[in-house]
Amino acid sequence: MNLTQTRPAADAVAKDGRGKFPKHKLEELRGRGYVMFCVLLLIVIIFSIVYFIASRGLTPFVSQGVSVGEMLGGLKWSPEADTPRFGALPFLFGSFATSLLAAIIAAPLGICAAIFMTEMMPKVGKNILQPAIELLAGVPSVVYGFVGLSVVVPFLRDVFPGQGVGILAGGIVLSVMILPTITTVATDALRSLPAGLKEGSYALGATRWQTISRLVIPTTLPSLMTGVVLGIARAFGEALAVQMVIGNAPHIPHSLTQSAATLTSIITLSMGNTTSGSLHNNALWSLALILLIMTFLFVFVVRLLERRVKHA
Amino acid sequence: MKKSLLVLTTLALSISLAACGKNNNANNANAGASSGASSSAPASAAVSGAFSAAGSTALQPLVDQASKKFMDLNKDVTITVNGGGSGAGLSQVSEGTVQIGNSDVFAEEKLKDADADKAKELVDHQVAVVSIAAVSNKDVGVDNLTKAQLVDIFTGKVTNWKDVGGKDQKIVLVNRPASSGTRATFENFALGAKSEDLPDSITEDASGTVRKLVSETPGAIGYLALSYLDDTIQALKYEGVEPTAENVASGTYPVWAYEHMYTKGQPEGAVKAFLDYMLSDEIQNTDVKDLGYIPVSDMKVTRDVEGKVSNK
Repeated sequence: MNLTQTRPAADAVAKDGRGKFPKHKLEELRGRGYVMFCVLLLIVIIFSIVYFIASRGLTPFVSQGVSVGEMLGGLKWSPEADTPRFGALPFLFGSFATSLLAAIIAAPLGICAAIFMTEMMPKVGKNILQPAIELLAGVPSVVYGFVGLSVVVPFLRDVFPGQGVGILAGGIVLSVMILPTITTVATDALRSLPAGLKEGSYALGATRWQTISRLVIPTTLPSLMTGVVLGIARAFGEALAVQMVIGNAPHIPHSLTQSAATLTSIITLSMGNTTSGSLHNNALWSLALILLIMTFLFVFVVRLLERRVKHA
Repeated sequence: MKKSLLVLTTLALSISLAACGKNNNANNANAGASSGASSSAPASAAVSGAFSAAGSTALQPLVDQASKKFMDLNKDVTITVNGGGSGAGLSQVSEGTVQIGNSDVFAEEKLKDADADKAKELVDHQVAVVSIAAVSNKDVGVDNLTKAQLVDIFTGKVTNWKDVGGKDQKIVLVNRPASSGTRATFENFALGAKSEDLPDSITEDASGTVRKLVSETPGAIGYLALSYLDDTIQALKYEGVEPTAENVASGTYPVWAYEHMYTKGQPEGAVKAFLDYMLSDEIQNTDVKDLGYIPVSDMKVTRDVEGKVSNK
């Protein structure tokens, strides 16, 4: 299939001159075939993953008598009880609460770090701060979870009522994990701002702070928000670290320091203990499907923001 | 030269990936039709002397250690031991992806209703006994609980240690996920009833994490296999009986369960040889005891699927 597609292009090259069956023609063919093959494979992989999750995740609704309304709006999750209930609202709440809290903590930090690196001290920023923040991205999530369990949870337990586990602990751990994403995207956005804009502002007598707050941030806001949304998406999908510090009680908590659960933490806790094909196992796939749909939504939002960047 | 190498590697990688995709689809078709038939290749590996075992993480250390010894004795045999959880182990052995499925519970307890036929095909090999003790934080002022008290605590009727004769301290539950084999054993034989996931309770799957949380959280209570007991936590007596290997063997301490290694149909060749080796004195009297399990041969009582205990 690839061969027939590449032939006309290759022929065109041949007609241009130099004739025979030159080396560059073969190269062209090989390169094109290789790229096409990789792209095709990528598409197949993506679609089979989506198909797999969807077919498993829809089984409880289609043939095992769980209603979509119960899954999305139910408050009680007791999959192994005699009359199993599959209300996933507490997990949806937990996932949104932890990711948003993480973004609220990490966004100001990340954006300020980006401003520092681009506007205030580019040299120190580029040589010290940026590698340091990028290092955070390389720390494995189990390490974050363990640090969270050993440091954050005992601290919260001493300071606030409750056991220390919960949405606050999860949000704090996640905020450190998504900091590199937000900072990197924000730094790129600030760096790509045309120098003329800033110079114009300075030429009009604006101070640095005035330039940053009235010109730089408003102009790059859609890009900065893209970073924040990407960060939220990353936090939404994080499983292991959150599972270790959030407590995993399948209930909507009354405070930030009360045991809660997220979609991912429930999946990782229970997936291995259930047999494939059982209702409990399929219900976990439904949670995975919800996660996948949420990720699509996040990607969609990022696309919208990007479009605004182009129009601006 | 370099380029072609790159192409070759990518090709190899993509072919193996494509194979994965195919496999998934096959599994998936099975799940959709919820048929018992399995399309994967049967245990042809056993003849050539290579097979794999997967499942229960509680049993994994023992199987891992025994398999290494067995491979030292039989140079032509290759055994791969993986975790994944009891449910995953049972699914995989019944689908034929592994030759031995390790489980903390009877297959009949996991594979029920539509899957009951699958459980019938599996042959049980009980290789060890694991006992579970209720454990608490050291400063609760109680070292013995009756069955009724435990039930009250784990159903949320009693929320303060002073109500069971201890200090004025709020009780914090550290539970396992509803699908966990450890929880099933604890509920069946210590509580005699299923417990609910209460708000404010903590749920963790890993024994190490449970131990850490119980040792650090004031007022915490949980349960652990005997091999995880140490002096950072307090093992509680059950109806006045101390959780020790001797009490379990004599039948006075009732909270224990078999560790199962399931095969699909009667084992043959290398698999059979390995299972016989697991039950030999060489493993039972050394590794089983060293790793905190109780040898099946020491047990003076037996228990069937329904939980009926009888003297040997």
